[in-house]
Amino acid sequence: MPSLTVEEWLALRLSFQVSLCAVLVSLPPAIAMGYLLARWQSGHKWLLEVLVNLPLVLPPVVTGYLLLVCFAPRGPLGGMLESWFGVRLVLTWFGAAVAAAVVSFPLMVRAMRVAFQAIDPRLEMAARSLGAGRFDAFLSVTLPLARSGVLAGCVLAFGRSLGEFGATIMVAGNIIGETQTIPLAIFSAANRGGDAEVWRLVAISIVLAAAALLASEWLERRQSSREST
Amino acid sequence: MNRLEFHASHRYPGGFAFDVAFDTSAQATALFGPSGSGKTSVLNVIAGLLHPRSGTIRWGEQTWLDTQAGVDVKAERRHVGFVFQDHLLFPHLSVERNLRYGRRRRRARSSAIETARVIEVLELGDLLARYPRNLSGGEKQRVALGRSLLSGPELLLMDEPLAALDEGLKDRILTYLERVVAEWRVPTIYVSHNAAEVRRLADRVIMLEQGRVTQCGPPAEVLQSSYSSS
Repeated sequence: MPSLTVEEWLALRLSFQVSLCAVLVSLPPAIAMGYLLARWQSGHKWLLEVLVNLPLVLPPVVTGYLLLVCFAPRGPLGGMLESWFGVRLVLTWFGAAVAAAVVSFPLMVRAMRVAFQAIDPRLEMAARSLGAGRFDAFLSVTLPLARSGVLAGCVLAFGRSLGEFGATIMVAGNIIGETQTIPLAIFSAANRGGDAEVWRLVAISIVLAAAALLASEWLERRQSSREST
Repeated sequence: MNRLEFHASHRYPGGFAFDVAFDTSAQATALFGPSGSGKTSVLNVIAGLLHPRSGTIRWGEQTWLDTQAGVDVKAERRHVGFVFQDHLLFPHLSVERNLRYGRRRRRARSSAIETARVIEVLELGDLLARYPRNLSGGEKQRVALGRSLLSGPELLLMDEPLAALDEGLKDRILTYLERVVAEWRVPTIYVSHNAAEVRRLADRVIMLEQGRVTQCGPPAEVLQSSYSSS
């Protein structure tokens, strides 16, 4: 494989950094949401499902625009974040991570929900009859039993984050070494007409996406084989 | 011996309703009746796993449930052991860690029942390193019984613990149950639809039919009249 340029290495490293951060940011709410959707019995559940899955069907550019409006320095959330924590999202790599987290959230929740649904809720009842509180029962019984499914959700979300483009460019822009991830680098290179460069990045993207998909597939199979024993 | 006073009425969204009241201070009380009579629901209410529309439960000096006064003690605080029909062992934990699960969480109360003695009485010594998927049905139920005992329950609930076992095994597990009752004298409520089991284990029988108590008294009396009436 021909060697990568400095710019490409930066894009690759940044993609990993942004995706990893996106997965970590969305992991706790995704676990909570997956569990809620798996166990909550209510006529209003469809409303929550629509909200959670919305980023899956919305054009990422729309998601990105909404995030930009909310997190702009003078926006409702952006102003608060900046004055309380000194954190700025717009045109930073962290903004790219938040955009990727929002877009990949539904995929993550879906994998976890399937895993939680397959676990007998009465195991938690058994745990509670042995003195465990609700949260303790979840942490010590349900979560470890669902671990392959949870991990599969993380890998899938990681893969989706690596490929994020529309929301990222809206929120974080396309700054080399700061917010230019692989898909944005491909976009810039294609605009410049650098065919060889585009192909190198395209190959990397395909390999990474396939690896993430294979890993999540393997994890989900492991989850279902564990359930059958 | 503590006295259990129970009254609860509830209607499931599916339509089944029960209204059950009884009290007992027997060592081993059997809830006896056909399937669908509400026996398991009663156990779930006692354990705090089902919240009835109205009811009161008193255990000795403690009030576990009083819907009018807004009292509903959480399941994990009731110190009730529950042996389920299908054991519900934690599949990701070894037998030893299953046994320790409740012990760790109720350390202060469970001193009366010693781990080593439970392992001895239920003959669990050779199983400790194994996982539930590598146990036979009878072994699983023995581990489940041990796990409940080691959480130091003040009251032990058993929901047809023999129902999922072969005929030959039932008798062996029943022997273990008798040993447990004799050794630790934990007050036990035993759900069953099998008259022979009830006769062997219980010293008081509460007969349920269609969500209501139809009779209660000593086994000989209740079982006799239930036979003559059927």
